[in-house]
Amino acid sequence: MNPPVATPFFFYLLSGTMLIGGILVITRRNAVHSALALIAALLAQAGLYLMLYAPFVAGVQIILYAGGIMVLFLFVIMLVNLERAQKERQFNKQWLVGIAAAGALGGLFITIYTKGKGIFPDHAMPSGLEAQNTQGVGVLLYGQYMFAFEIASLLLLVAIIGAVVMAKKRI
Amino acid sequence: MLHISTLHYMVLSAALFLLGVIGVLTRRNVVIVLMSIELILNAVNLNLVAFSHYWQGIQGPNALHGQVFAIFVITDAAAEAAVGLGILIAFFRNKETVNVDEVNLLKW
Repeated sequence: MNPPVATPFFFYLLSGTMLIGGILVITRRNAVHSALALIAALLAQAGLYLMLYAPFVAGVQIILYAGGIMVLFLFVIMLVNLERAQKERQFNKQWLVGIAAAGALGGLFITIYTKGKGIFPDHAMPSGLEAQNTQGVGVLLYGQYMFAFEIASLLLLVAIIGAVVMAKKRI
Repeated sequence: MLHISTLHYMVLSAALFLLGVIGVLTRRNVVIVLMSIELILNAVNLNLVAFSHYWQGIQGPNALHGQVFAIFVITDAAAEAAVGLGILIAFFRNKETVNVDEVNLLKW
C-alpha cells in the first residue's frame, strides 16, 4: 500500500501558492515583481508534480523553467528599460471584454467539470512509482517518442538562431 | 474535499489557465503578456501530469505518456520564450516602448 503522500494539506498549500503567484503575475505594476511571483508559482508546481509521483518532470521544471526561462525573463527585464512603462496605465482599453471572455471560458469549465465529475474515478495506485519513473520516461522518450524528440531538438536549434538574429543590432 | 482526486488537479489547472488568459487579454506590458503565456503552459502541464498519474492507476507504472508530453511542452515553452523575448528586444530598440497598444505600425 502506498504511503499517503497526497495529503490535502500539501495540496492546498501548494495550490494556494500557485494561485496567489498567478494573481500577482497578472496584477503587479513592476515586471520584476511579476517574474518573482511566477518563479514562486513554478516552484510550487514542481511540488505538485512530486505529489503526483513525477520526480523527473519536477526536476526538469525546477532546472529548466524556474532556473532557465525565468532567468532569461529577468535578464531581458533588466536589459529593457521599463521605468517609463511602470508609470503608465497598466491595463488595456478592452479589459472589460477580456474579463468577459475569461468569464465565459470559466463558465464553460464549470459546466464541463460539474457534468463530467464521475469520468475519472479513483483507482488503486501500484507501488514503487517513484523508483521506476526516470527509467520509464527514458524508455518512452527514446523509444516511442524518438521522432518527437528529434523534432524538439531541431525546434531548439531554430529558436537559438531566431533569438540571436532577432536581438542583433546589425544582421 | 479531503481526498485529493484527479478532479482537484483539473480544477486547479483550469483556474491557472483562466488567470493566464486574463493576463494575456488585459495587460499592456509585453513582458507580462509573455509571462501569462508561461502560466497558461504550466496549467496545461499540470493537467497532463495529473492525467498521467490517473492512467498509472489503470495501466501500471509505465503509463508515462502525459509526463513525456509535459517535457515536450516545457521544451517548447523555452523556445517560444527565447524567440518572444528576442522580438521584444528588437522592438524596444526601435520604438522605445513595451506596450502592446503601440505595436501599430501596420494600422491604416
